[in-house]
Amino acid sequence: MRGWGWQAIRAWTLLVYAFMFLPIAVVVLLSFNANQFGSFPMTGFSLQWFVELSQNDAILRAFRTSLLLGALTAAISTTLGVLASLALVRYRVPGENIISTMLIAPILVPEVVLAVALLLFLNFLSLPKSFPLLLMGHVIFTLPFVLLVVQARLVSIRRDVEEAAMSLGASPMQTFFQITLPLLMPAVLAGALFAFTISFDDITGTLFWKPGGVETVPTQIFAMLRNSISPEINALGTVMILITVGLPLLGLAIARKINQKSGA
Amino acid sequence: MSVEARERKQPWILLTPALTSVTLLLFVPLLFIVVYSFWLRTATGADDPGFHLDNWQKALGDAFYRDILLSTLRIAAITTFFCALMGYPAAYFIARSKGNKAILLLLLMLPFWISYIIRTMSWINILGVSGALNSALMALGVITEPIQMLYNEATVILGLIHYLLPFMVLNVFVSLDGIDTNLEDAANSLGATRWQSFLNVTLPLSLPGLAAGGLLCFVLGAGTYITPLVLGGPRDAMFANLVFEAIITQLNWPLGSALSLMLLAVLGVLVMIYNRYLGMTQLMKGLG
Repeated sequence: MRGWGWQAIRAWTLLVYAFMFLPIAVVVLLSFNANQFGSFPMTGFSLQWFVELSQNDAILRAFRTSLLLGALTAAISTTLGVLASLALVRYRVPGENIISTMLIAPILVPEVVLAVALLLFLNFLSLPKSFPLLLMGHVIFTLPFVLLVVQARLVSIRRDVEEAAMSLGASPMQTFFQITLPLLMPAVLAGALFAFTISFDDITGTLFWKPGGVETVPTQIFAMLRNSISPEINALGTVMILITVGLPLLGLAIARKINQKSGA
Repeated sequence: MSVEARERKQPWILLTPALTSVTLLLFVPLLFIVVYSFWLRTATGADDPGFHLDNWQKALGDAFYRDILLSTLRIAAITTFFCALMGYPAAYFIARSKGNKAILLLLLMLPFWISYIIRTMSWINILGVSGALNSALMALGVITEPIQMLYNEATVILGLIHYLLPFMVLNVFVSLDGIDTNLEDAANSLGATRWQSFLNVTLPLSLPGLAAGGLLCFVLGAGTYITPLVLGGPRDAMFANLVFEAIITQLNWPLGSALSLMLLAVLGVLVMIYNRYLGMTQLMKGLG
């Protein structure tokens, strides 16, 4: 029943996927290239760029900064997001729509503008570019994503379960930690992972906020690009892809396993 | 305290940390740069507080800024157009395919997890002087000398499409997936051809998704300065590059404030028009 029209759409979709993934595949491919300039042609398989990467102090420092920044961002913005979601989903709050819009606002404002405003305001308060400024910036623009993920899940957790716990004598605190939080855990983890990845990837705001001498992985790549295209960049890119793609996929796999176990 | 009073207070306690953060780190700073944009950076590098219109005169009156604003909007519009052109059929295919929908969707989400800077710089490997395309053409004997294909407006647009396409596909997919396929079948059974039922039933119903994807592509595209820095030449600066220049390089913060606010105003008007006609819920569907 599906004619040539469907075939054409299928071919088009294939081309779109190729467009999305070919350049990324080339990054991974070149990172294993034995060629001394790290560019085409491929002359053989080699791990030399990864070895050089692991000996490059600047890159290792950037990695540590990015991991710390991402982890702290995830912890803070998930905490803020979960608390706010609870209030918005579980209580009738006057002006709920305005509050929701306010909390989502960081993704409605272009990141450049957010970056400029935060930088100049904190500078005015005599708080210069620093790691805490970087952290505050990352928290503020990851918060909406955490909020959206957690709220969506919270809506689907039935109130009855919580009410049952309370009617059996559990305090609101006990109910939260023993009933709501475990049920909400997948969303909390997803939100935290989301916040981590967004923070780990960010460059637009980070270039404004980072103090001189401090680099995150993306700003380090950016700085390396400006000098010359060193083949280490492809290796670094491959590592980045492994972290930001591998981590969520691993999380997904673990979540599935847990679900299977508890389902059986 | 009565139970009711506690019930009333509790949500505010839960909301306080998030609301305080957003207020202090976003709204107050935005108000601050409004004030700041009327200050003046003097030759000595000090700020002269007060009410000066110089920055705004420069930002709004100078042809240099106006031209770059216009070309930024043009680049964002072209990017959005191509995202729609490439993304709609792909989203349609995913939404209507039987079977491996989950895999197709996962593949579509993958680029979101791959760093923006990596995706942008990956094009240097393809189009650079020693990139894949030049190497291939030389190997085939089509050219003898590598051609410089990078660092122009076309490669900026290419990079932006590559960055923004997933937003478009995802938004269109969400709205296509929500359409009852019985509607198409009904149209077909009443004698419409597949093409007619698509044009008259499916396409109109999916327009909210297309609009949401379009808005995201346009706003994100118009607000970027990394892509022009990596894939553009010296003459391909976009408006956000001017902001970056003013703030980071020239350290003219009052002017940078005025330029940021201009960008916010232009893109804000678009978001408001969108919100007026379609509401924010569609956008949130695609993001969540």
